[in-house]
Amino acid sequence: MSAVAFQPVSPRRRRADKLARGLVALLTGAALVPLVLILYYLIKQGIGAISLDFFTTDPTGSFLGDPGGIKSAILGTVLMVLLASAVAVPVGVGVAIWLVEFGRESKLAHAVRYFIDVMTGVPSIVFGLFVYITLVIGGVGGSSFAAWKGSVALGLLMLPIVTRSAEVVLLLVPNSLREAAYALGAPRWKVVFRVVLPTALPGIVTGVLLSVARAAGETAPLLFTAAAVNATAFNYNDSMNSLPMLIFKNVGQAQDRLVTIAWGAALTLVAMILMLTLLARLIQRRSRLS
Amino acid sequence: MSDPVSPAVRRETPSTEDQMPSHEPIATPARPVPSSAAGRQPQRLARAVTVERLNAWYGDHHSIKDLTLSFAPNKATALIGPSGSGKSTVVRCINRMHEEIPGARASGRVLLDSTDVYDPDVDVVAVRRAIGMVFQKPNPFPTMSIFDNVAAGLKLTARKVSHEQVEGALRGAGLWEEVKDRLGKPGIGLSGGQQQRLCIARALAVEPDVLLMDEPASALDPISTLKIEELVQELKSRVTIAIVTHNMQQAARVADETAFMLDGELVEVGPTEKIFTNPDDSRTEEYVTGKFG
Amino acid sequence: MEAGTITPVGEHGSALHRSPAARLPDRLLKWGLTALSVGVIVLIAYFFIRLVIESEPVFQQVGVVDFLFSADWVPSKELYGALPLLAGTLITSAIALLLGIPVAVATALFVTELAPRRIRGPLTIVIDLLAAVPSVVYGLWGFFFLIPKLKPAEVWFADTFSFIPFIGGTVTGPNYFIAGLILAIMILPIASAISREVISTVPSEHKEAALALGATRWEMIRMAVLPYARGGIAGGAMLGLGRAIGETIAVTLVIGNAPVIGDSIFQQGYTLAAVIANEFGEAASDELHRAALIGAGLVLFVLTLGVNAIARGFVMRAERGQRAARGPAAGMAG
Repeated sequence: MSAVAFQPVSPRRRRADKLARGLVALLTGAALVPLVLILYYLIKQGIGAISLDFFTTDPTGSFLGDPGGIKSAILGTVLMVLLASAVAVPVGVGVAIWLVEFGRESKLAHAVRYFIDVMTGVPSIVFGLFVYITLVIGGVGGSSFAAWKGSVALGLLMLPIVTRSAEVVLLLVPNSLREAAYALGAPRWKVVFRVVLPTALPGIVTGVLLSVARAAGETAPLLFTAAAVNATAFNYNDSMNSLPMLIFKNVGQAQDRLVTIAWGAALTLVAMILMLTLLARLIQRRSRLS
Repeated sequence: MSDPVSPAVRRETPSTEDQMPSHEPIATPARPVPSSAAGRQPQRLARAVTVERLNAWYGDHHSIKDLTLSFAPNKATALIGPSGSGKSTVVRCINRMHEEIPGARASGRVLLDSTDVYDPDVDVVAVRRAIGMVFQKPNPFPTMSIFDNVAAGLKLTARKVSHEQVEGALRGAGLWEEVKDRLGKPGIGLSGGQQQRLCIARALAVEPDVLLMDEPASALDPISTLKIEELVQELKSRVTIAIVTHNMQQAARVADETAFMLDGELVEVGPTEKIFTNPDDSRTEEYVTGKFG
Repeated sequence: MEAGTITPVGEHGSALHRSPAARLPDRLLKWGLTALSVGVIVLIAYFFIRLVIESEPVFQQVGVVDFLFSADWVPSKELYGALPLLAGTLITSAIALLLGIPVAVATALFVTELAPRRIRGPLTIVIDLLAAVPSVVYGLWGFFFLIPKLKPAEVWFADTFSFIPFIGGTVTGPNYFIAGLILAIMILPIASAISREVISTVPSEHKEAALALGATRWEMIRMAVLPYARGGIAGGAMLGLGRAIGETIAVTLVIGNAPVIGDSIFQQGYTLAAVIANEFGEAASDELHRAALIGAGLVLFVLTLGVNAIARGFVMRAERGQRAARGPAAGMAG
């Protein structure tokens, strides 16, 4: 008989193998369940709120009657994240450039990398605290809540993400490119801005988009920096609404209609973040650097 | 050509192995023990390997073409040939490692004595236990000690591995004296040649019938290479050896039979001496005289 | 050209000299970026110092030890014992790790070793998609969906296994367990991504060695893959832990925000992050209360610093081990 020539594999081992592999597959399936449930629930609860009016009217904040839409929240999120990016991106990319082109393996560079690492781990609410202490209590620009202060908190959150991903991409730019440029007599700044950055740009953009997606979804940093108001405002010096804050405020409400608003806003926010993430991945795939 | 093994000396089939108690060495029939180097194991009858009409593919690339070749028991057969001739592929088909590569497949028969390794009733895990392999680059498990490395294969089927088993395997690989005081140290702390002998010990520990060696010394220095070649000479008494080598002098030194392969086909096989001094095929002659490869 | 003659300076300097003006952009770039980078260090250090200063009042009043270890958090009575908060943070994070890391490693193993090639890509994308859900949405979903849906199961579990400590007893809607579960889901993508990364870099030669010895697929994973990858997996777990410790919004919506240490995991609790989010409104005018919340933030910061350091330790050790394993052994005598 054919199997007799070999020491047969004990059934116990075969069972252990099957069991283990089954367990791994099961746990993997379990990992997928929450996502499906969340998306399903989001769509089911939120789709009812979606309408053109939803996006074009401000929340009224009234418990009775028409709860309004989420216009000010969308605008607020866009405005605040825009300002945050305007600061975080140049600074973040700048630090990354310094790390790769100038600091390299020096002691200072190691220190900077360590602090960036620390920043990555800081909880977002602590960033809110930082800004609260320095800007709100400290009375910078008035001791009130202001959208720009919220942007600062968001920017702090974005900074390490931008720096980390930019550093990775910049390191991927082949040295031969730099050397070719230097050999042609180009000064450092030209090599950085005309050769290295353009090559690394898709990767940097990917990192920026991902950090934007992250910042758009954050609530904690805004709790006591920008707070939230209902009316649409373009004044960075005042409190401003935002999608996460609107959702957070409406979660515990007894009024069904307010809760529906929250769900609609949540659906909108997730859709925005998903689109940003998708865009980021698409750009990453098209990048010439792996 | 290998002699058919006479039935009188054919090994007992292990019919008592259905349960898995702690590992017992498979009983061998009583035979006169030939003298060998002190401390080495007595002779043990190993099995013949016969490759019949083997075809192997990497995706669409037809790598081994209709190859038939026998490996005599208790002898070392060398596979030589230029790069890309398929020597490693043949050997990896014998213990069914070839199919682990994505997109790779094989057809044909590989007989261990009379059992086809590719028979659907045969468990590939059992095949690999009976047919051991030593790779080109020494690959001891990096997180394990020397002892645990040797015991790794044994631990798969037995709860406890005895010190004697590990010592026996290390002696068989000629490594015992050098590591007996540091069995707990990490396997990767050894030098390259020692690591390779550790891998040989690891393969020997599970008492395979056949040992496949895929260019085992090509990554080592000359002194280590020599030690490995000495080992091959000794191990022949316990296992059937198939050794792939691109080094013709090595084949001449250690192999009883040599097979020459070219472009996935077996060109010629015969006693080593004949292949190197008086081959039948002109292509063989061209290769061994260094005209190409 | 005689030595000593001043070479004529053209518009861009002589052939081999650049005028100071031409060198300016480079110097500006270098010093500007250096200042920026140093600024990052200064900023974080400054924040840390301000945290300490602003929380001073509560430490003066209560003392550091009492702040950390007494169990009464009653702002109205000026009692600031953060133990329930600390306990809640640690309990929910522990649950998150217990539930989340095995699943993360399982997904990593499945995607790299066991899944058919075709579904590896899509599966990875789906798992990573969990990271796109903002924490407030997790909280929303947890509050409206998980809490009511899981309550019967929790009650059954608490009754059936009440002999296990911290299990039996009453089950409240929001509780430690739900918070821990949500956190587990939230840390899944990052832990899975890091585990995937490490597992996929296990050199195939070790896997082949295991298979060639006659190991089943699972035995090969246990012999060659997991031991090699365990450092990186631990690092990923630490990163997840850091995330879980600091998560505010999702937790505060599902934990009940009760400043007590519950008797079982199915009861309400509080965390450091949640208390800051919840009580800041009322604390704005009360300097002591505000200082207490900032103190809680300081503790949070220190905790994440510690976890971050441990994570780096794991990752660095894992990298060193991998480099040793790959070290060239060829060509050495022996």
